[in-house]
Amino acid sequence: MITTYLFYFLSFLAIMFALMVVFSKNPVHSVLYLVLTFFTIAGHYVLLNAQFLAAVHIIVYAGAIMVLFLFVIMLLNLNKETEPHKGVWLKASAAVASGLLLVVLVGSLKGAETIVATNAFNPNIGLIENLGKTLFTDFLLPFEVASILLIVAMVGAVMLGKRSIK
Amino acid sequence: MSAIEIVPLNWYLLLSTVLFTIGVLGVLFRRNAIIIFMSVELMLNAVNLLLVAFSSYLSDSKGQVFVFFIMAVAAAEVAVGLAILMMVYRNTKSSDINILNKLKW
Amino acid sequence: MIKLVYLVPLLPLIGFLIIGLFGKKLSKGLVSVVGCGSVLGAFAVSLGIFFELTGKVEKSVTIDLFSWITAGKLSIPFSFLVDPLSSLFLLIITGIGFLIHLYSTGYMSHDEGFSRFFAYLNLFIFFMLLLVLGSNYLIMFVGWEGVGLCSYLLIGFWFKNTAYNNAAKKAFIMNRIGDLGFLLGIILIFVTFGSTSYHEVFLMAKNFTSGAPVLTAITLLLFVGAIGKSAQLPLYTWLPDAMAGPTPVSALIHAATMVTAGIYMIARSNILFTLAPLSMEIIAMVGACTLLFAATIGLAQNDIKKVLAYSTVSQLGYMFLALGVGAYTGAVFHVMTHAFFKALLFLGAGSVIHAMSGEQDIRHMGGLKKYLPITQLTFLLGTLAIVGFPGFSGFFSKDEILAHAYEHNKLLWVFGVLGAAMTTFYMFRLYFLTFKGDFRGTKDQLHHLHESPKNMTIPLMVLAALSVVGGLVGIPEVLGGTHFLEEFLKPVFEDSSFRLIHHLSHETEYILMGVAVTVMTVSLYYAYTVYVKNKTLPADESQELKPLHKLVYKKYLIDELYDNAITQPLNFISGGLHKVIDNQLVDGIVNGVGTVVNWTSSKVRLVQTGNIGFYIFVMVISIVLILFTSIM
Repeated sequence: MITTYLFYFLSFLAIMFALMVVFSKNPVHSVLYLVLTFFTIAGHYVLLNAQFLAAVHIIVYAGAIMVLFLFVIMLLNLNKETEPHKGVWLKASAAVASGLLLVVLVGSLKGAETIVATNAFNPNIGLIENLGKTLFTDFLLPFEVASILLIVAMVGAVMLGKRSIK
Repeated sequence: MSAIEIVPLNWYLLLSTVLFTIGVLGVLFRRNAIIIFMSVELMLNAVNLLLVAFSSYLSDSKGQVFVFFIMAVAAAEVAVGLAILMMVYRNTKSSDINILNKLKW
Repeated sequence: MIKLVYLVPLLPLIGFLIIGLFGKKLSKGLVSVVGCGSVLGAFAVSLGIFFELTGKVEKSVTIDLFSWITAGKLSIPFSFLVDPLSSLFLLIITGIGFLIHLYSTGYMSHDEGFSRFFAYLNLFIFFMLLLVLGSNYLIMFVGWEGVGLCSYLLIGFWFKNTAYNNAAKKAFIMNRIGDLGFLLGIILIFVTFGSTSYHEVFLMAKNFTSGAPVLTAITLLLFVGAIGKSAQLPLYTWLPDAMAGPTPVSALIHAATMVTAGIYMIARSNILFTLAPLSMEIIAMVGACTLLFAATIGLAQNDIKKVLAYSTVSQLGYMFLALGVGAYTGAVFHVMTHAFFKALLFLGAGSVIHAMSGEQDIRHMGGLKKYLPITQLTFLLGTLAIVGFPGFSGFFSKDEILAHAYEHNKLLWVFGVLGAAMTTFYMFRLYFLTFKGDFRGTKDQLHHLHESPKNMTIPLMVLAALSVVGGLVGIPEVLGGTHFLEEFLKPVFEDSSFRLIHHLSHETEYILMGVAVTVMTVSLYYAYTVYVKNKTLPADESQELKPLHKLVYKKYLIDELYDNAITQPLNFISGGLHKVIDNQLVDGIVNGVGTVVNWTSSKVRLVQTGNIGFYIFVMVISIVLILFTSIM
């Protein structure tokens, strides 16, 4: 019972905060709302017993990525007045397009058959021990390559951010 | 004990779809590059949620491992993307995407 | 030796390749040796084949060389047919060809295109040999077209002169008109008989009834081809114009060999023609009309080569007349004797032109007897042969034709005799004006007059000898001979033999011979009176001619007729088509396609606005559409 209520509550919050991200005028507010969305999603992860992911989610997204966004917004000094707006027609067509997308997605998923789980139900797969086992045996190579990816991204960001020598 | 035993998978599907659509709405709605970027992050998260739900349902940890990697890639992408955005701002003094329209016929 | 028959066309082909590829680097002497030697070698092999054939019982041998066309069930081998008819023609072509090659080494010695000339001559011999040796109609057609090509190349040999080029083009185009008929005939043969090989076609033809429409159609189409190639009415005007080429060319191609290709073709297909009496009538009529028509034109011409050209057309008319009345052996006999004396006459004329430094108008010649003795003597012998003086070769062959014509249709005989009378008159007119009387040329020409060198006079002498004794192979029984030629060619014509039987009594033959000789003598005496006794000269360019004379002199204005009735309208249509259909329609469509593409792209490229928001919007809409169509 409680789980269901929690689910509804968290879902409601997630959707509301997501809408606020899109519709708020002040970019700083958008960032903050996005952080809150991430927290609700982390809550969903916890509900699904994916504990490790919930922790990593909060650390990486809310802790690092959003902070990065905030830095950039502050650096660019964006606020409510400097925010550009699209015309009414464009906004209306955007709403229609995404509404259509929603309808089509829901429609395409409606007739889908429910897959039957082949493995025995194991509620503990989200635990860090089990996850670690899979990660370091089956997915060792992607794991190492991901580290290279992060190095490359770092180098790239630094190169891009440098001011040219006058 | 995991919520997936109680909450049907379809609801997670629906939730994820709605979040995804809100992300698309954000991309189409706003003109500020940073907000668009954040909407893209929202879309990624919707997908993450769905992956975790399926992984829980099928008791297969591959889904969660994939989410792990998606997070790593998203982090790298944000770093580089924001760096590019900084360059654009330096050149055009604005983060409006309508200014970047030189790649036309 | 018969097995080596492939050497006969191969040697001239090798000669052509060597001279054609390396001619410029080789010396004149080497070119002459290669050119003449290859034809001499071919002659030697032909001689061997001839003697071997006389000893054999089975007179027809097919030598397969290689498989030529294989397409599905159709299989046409490249093979040669050696039989009396083809071996006789081989001897004529290679023998006279060799003599003319020898003559050319002297005649063309000052020409800068010496090696090119010999290359073309060798190529011509090759194609002509292919024509007569082929064992099916397709190989004959290859040779047929090839000699047409070589004729074009050789007529327009001095290509820097536009008039010569036009003459060459005229020859080629008129040949092509005939070739169309020939090709249609071959196609019809193939459709009717399922094969183009002589052996199979003639075997199957025997099952057809005489006068069958399909055979009449085939033979008429084949005859159209012969009309073009052998210069009969109405496709004869190219032959006099072809005199623009060097004289050895006129001798070889337009007297002795190429123009006889039509005769060969009809003689070869004799069974088809015998079974189509209507075609035979038409051939005889066309031949008779041509011989008379051309003879009348020859009476008024003043160019030495033009007279001989019209004489050739006329003599070819005799040959077709012979074919038309069923005298196949007579026609082939006349081909042989005509080759001898016409080549001789042309080469003699060449010798005269050479001596007169290029002068060809007989009004400016005269009295050349004492300066060119050998030429004069041989020319006289040739003239006697062509008019049918008793004992010479032309006498026997022409009389045989006239006898068969009399037996078939008296009117044709009258035409033949009239033609003989005119032939005598214009040939002796030519002889008297050129060699007798006083010299009428310029002082310069008189200064340069000299007899031709040995390599030109020896062929003249050989041909003169042949013109005199060549008739001995065909002495008819009525005069006590065995007519060796008729016996020799019997296997080729035996299927048509029911037409060849001589029904005339010996008395009638003697009378006919007598009439012909009398007519000839009267005509000769008349020519003698006019041109030697009274020393009349042909009218000068400035003099006004009487209307009839003028019409004949201007060749009955046939060329002008063809020009106005056919060439101009064709040119007009072609110009119109070019301006309207080619320029506007076709170019319009092609350019139009390009314009349409340009216009479309100018409209489509506007999609690329550069606006990122627009791109994302389109992406979302596309995804919606894709998903939509996938769930539908």
